[in-house]
Amino acid sequence: MTSVLEIDGLTVSFSTPDGDVSAVSDISLSVDAGECLGLVGESGSGKSQTFMAALGLLADNGTATGEIRLDGIDLLSASEKKLNTLRGERIAMIFQDPMTSLTPHMKIGRQLSEVLIEHQNVDTKTGWARALDMLNRVHIPAAERRLDMYPHELSGGLRQRVMIAMALMCEPEVIVADEPTTALDVTVQAQILDLLTEVKDNLDAAIVLITHDLGVVAGLADRVAVMYAGRIVEQGTVGDIFASPAHPYTQGLLACTPRLDVETEELITIFGQPPNLQNLPSGCSFHPRCTYVVEQCKSERPALEVMNNGHIKACFRPHVEA
Amino acid sequence: MWAYFTRRLIIAIPTLWVVITVAFFLMRLAPGGPFDQEAPLPPEIMANLKAAYGLDQPLWWQYLNYLGNLLQGDFGPSFKYKDFSVTELIAQGFPVSIQNGAAALFIAVLFGIPLGATAALRQNTVTDHAAMTVAMTGIVIPNFVVGPLLALIFGIYLRDTMFALPVAGWNNGALPNRILPVICLALPFIAYIARITRAGLIETLRTNYVRTARAKGLPFRTVVLRHAFKSAMIPVVTYLGPATVFLLTGSMVIETIFGLPGIGRYFVQGALNRDYTLVMGVTILAASMVIFINLLVDMAYAWLDPKVRYE
Amino acid sequence: MSDVPINKRRPGSNLSVPNADALDKAADVEGRSLWQDAFRRLKANRAAMISAIFLIVLAFICFVGTAFVPWSYEEIDWDILEATPPNFATGHYLGTDSLGRDLLARILQGGQVSFLVGILATSVALVIGVSVGATAGFVGGRVDQFLMRFVDVMYAVPLMFFIIILMVVFGRNFYLMFLAIGFVEWLTMSRIVRGQTLTLKNKEFIEAARASGGSTTSIILRHIVPNVFGVVIVYVTLTIPQVILLESFLSFLGLGVQPPMTSWGALIAEGAQEMEITPRTLILPAVCLSTTLFCFNFLGDGLRDALDPKDR
Repeated sequence: MTSVLEIDGLTVSFSTPDGDVSAVSDISLSVDAGECLGLVGESGSGKSQTFMAALGLLADNGTATGEIRLDGIDLLSASEKKLNTLRGERIAMIFQDPMTSLTPHMKIGRQLSEVLIEHQNVDTKTGWARALDMLNRVHIPAAERRLDMYPHELSGGLRQRVMIAMALMCEPEVIVADEPTTALDVTVQAQILDLLTEVKDNLDAAIVLITHDLGVVAGLADRVAVMYAGRIVEQGTVGDIFASPAHPYTQGLLACTPRLDVETEELITIFGQPPNLQNLPSGCSFHPRCTYVVEQCKSERPALEVMNNGHIKACFRPHVEA
Repeated sequence: MWAYFTRRLIIAIPTLWVVITVAFFLMRLAPGGPFDQEAPLPPEIMANLKAAYGLDQPLWWQYLNYLGNLLQGDFGPSFKYKDFSVTELIAQGFPVSIQNGAAALFIAVLFGIPLGATAALRQNTVTDHAAMTVAMTGIVIPNFVVGPLLALIFGIYLRDTMFALPVAGWNNGALPNRILPVICLALPFIAYIARITRAGLIETLRTNYVRTARAKGLPFRTVVLRHAFKSAMIPVVTYLGPATVFLLTGSMVIETIFGLPGIGRYFVQGALNRDYTLVMGVTILAASMVIFINLLVDMAYAWLDPKVRYE
Repeated sequence: MSDVPINKRRPGSNLSVPNADALDKAADVEGRSLWQDAFRRLKANRAAMISAIFLIVLAFICFVGTAFVPWSYEEIDWDILEATPPNFATGHYLGTDSLGRDLLARILQGGQVSFLVGILATSVALVIGVSVGATAGFVGGRVDQFLMRFVDVMYAVPLMFFIIILMVVFGRNFYLMFLAIGFVEWLTMSRIVRGQTLTLKNKEFIEAARASGGSTTSIILRHIVPNVFGVVIVYVTLTIPQVILLESFLSFLGLGVQPPMTSWGALIAEGAQEMEITPRTLILPAVCLSTTLFCFNFLGDGLRDALDPKDR
């Protein structure tokens, strides 16, 4: 069975006055229908840029090489016209910052219905009716009134729900949620996550959840991929990753998450800073911050190796499943 | 939204009053009088003239008198053009200036916005740099340089060709007489509007909501016209306020160069002749126009940016 | 259960021992100050650099050149008394105007006046604008409201008319002219300075200055003003051509400098009268004025890009 979305050897680089920077280096991922893939990493790890490339939204100085196949169609080599038929209809993205991601001078109803009108050729009346339906499905109270409102009249949490509704309008095959809860209050975060769980349960779509927060991933994802400095360092089922992390970075991330069931006197951090992408450490990019570093790590970059059960790691250190 | 409009109106009225008052007292401060240019007149005649124009009364009386007359639309008599009242002069000159100004603004918007938009959409390419250099030329070369140069080219060098254009006189608004003045007036505006449009559009195209629109698979033309354009136009509309001021001052030069009987030229003549009432009358008219346009601009804001309606 | 050796309870403990190699690498990356970055960008902008050099050379020629030209700007050559083409023998390198005065000398003199007015009036605008803007932004509250209302009202008024009224009322005094012009141009400057001050006011280092007991005036002078400097430089460079333009405009209409003193604007006005016979008297000062304005604008744009590249 081929996956709905397949990323094959993707490299994304940006040309800057100081030289070229690779935000993403040779990554490969896949997501199946009905499955949720969590993509975890710090800021600068390349996780967002991977999917910006997929949707053709890279900045002007960015180039993507490799292949990103949506149902077999390569998105990277598709023409702008072809890409426009796919974006919004078969692959949709929910962006991070709901406060600035909606057009301020257009009514909510219009912003929702235009996706449908553009892709499925419905008339305005039907479009708005379906928009209303979708607002109800994302549990926005007083949906009819909201259709006529402008974005600034809604709170952050409501706007995020509108973004989710907008992504769902054409019932796409792939939904990419880029840090959907980062910009929101904690209580609202929980509500949005519940909504996303509902979306996952009801639709057969492939969902990609991009986040730096492992807690978000634990509740929603089926599989997890961990990125560091533009590469995938570990990938596996959510059970494997949480119970038996193979890469020291993953272990560090897990250890850093504050827990209510363990008594600690202070918060753990991973020593050091995320690397400068223009000046990456030699060998394994993580080695300056790694507790287990040996000489080999400094000179040779570990390739991805498959352990059992589809659990993949990029580390020389042997791993014992817990 | 009506509250918004009324509030703007309420601020406008005192502003106008301040303009009138300041103009009045400034002109009265002048050391010389309007009659000093001519050969010195015998004192009795001077006294009679002053009395006739009310210049022998105390200052506060003159001021209140002037205000009162203003409210009735009477700007007073011209000190120089003895047979005319300022109101008549303004009534003659205003249509000329307004027609030229409106035509210039129309042309500026017609050419400036597409020029700026093209530059924005082809940012940092040759097209962009070329367009913006052309735009800068329009801004940097003053209209009192362009005017005479155009007059030189079309009025003298090309005099015997079919491209010849009249360079002096209004000829009752005949079309050939309007061409050069309007183009001269419009050039700096095309430039400013192009630059502002470009900057506004570039800024808008970088926003998150345009990114969302593109992610929705809308064709780029729709993204630009439906999502980006309205916000991008806000700085252009803002510019229309100061643009009116520039048009007014521009008309001083254009009308002087091309010999058009508009209020700009009357103002300049009035200034050179120390014709107080004329100078003040035109100033007040100009200020009123600016205030009025600013009100219109505020209304346009409310349409372009829904957030503003609730301020 | 993860098998990472973690010292959870020791103060200051971390997951891994600092890696000496990594620290050495970090030290290799040199710090660059913001000004150095900006200057580097500016130097790369060829248009701006050429403009800067051109302006310096032109200003130098205008101010020093009059000593080397045989004629002065107001001297009438009684042997000629009309417009003539350039003639090395008589010492009129660019010819004469219709009254027999040397054109080159007049253009140089005009340049002096234009540059002088440009710098002086801009200085006036600078002083007023920065004072008002910084005070409004920093003190805030009622003072800010009042000052900004005042600026708004002044913006709404066609100030050119008032300048002209002032020139008419008080006579065509050279010093008055640049005072009047400066008084008009300070508005934009104050708005920009105010905006920048507002942004800075809320930054942490101001808190720190307050905490160490700085008075309001000293904070304004020692912390806010240097940081506002960058923005101010850009607008000063863009204001100078506006001012020169204003002065030329006034002189063109006959309301600026008094004859026989001249400026480029006045020369253009004279040239426009004679353009049928001698276009030279119009074209030469026009070219001088236009190129000067061009250069200031290129330079100002370059400075703006250098200090804040994202504005491009």
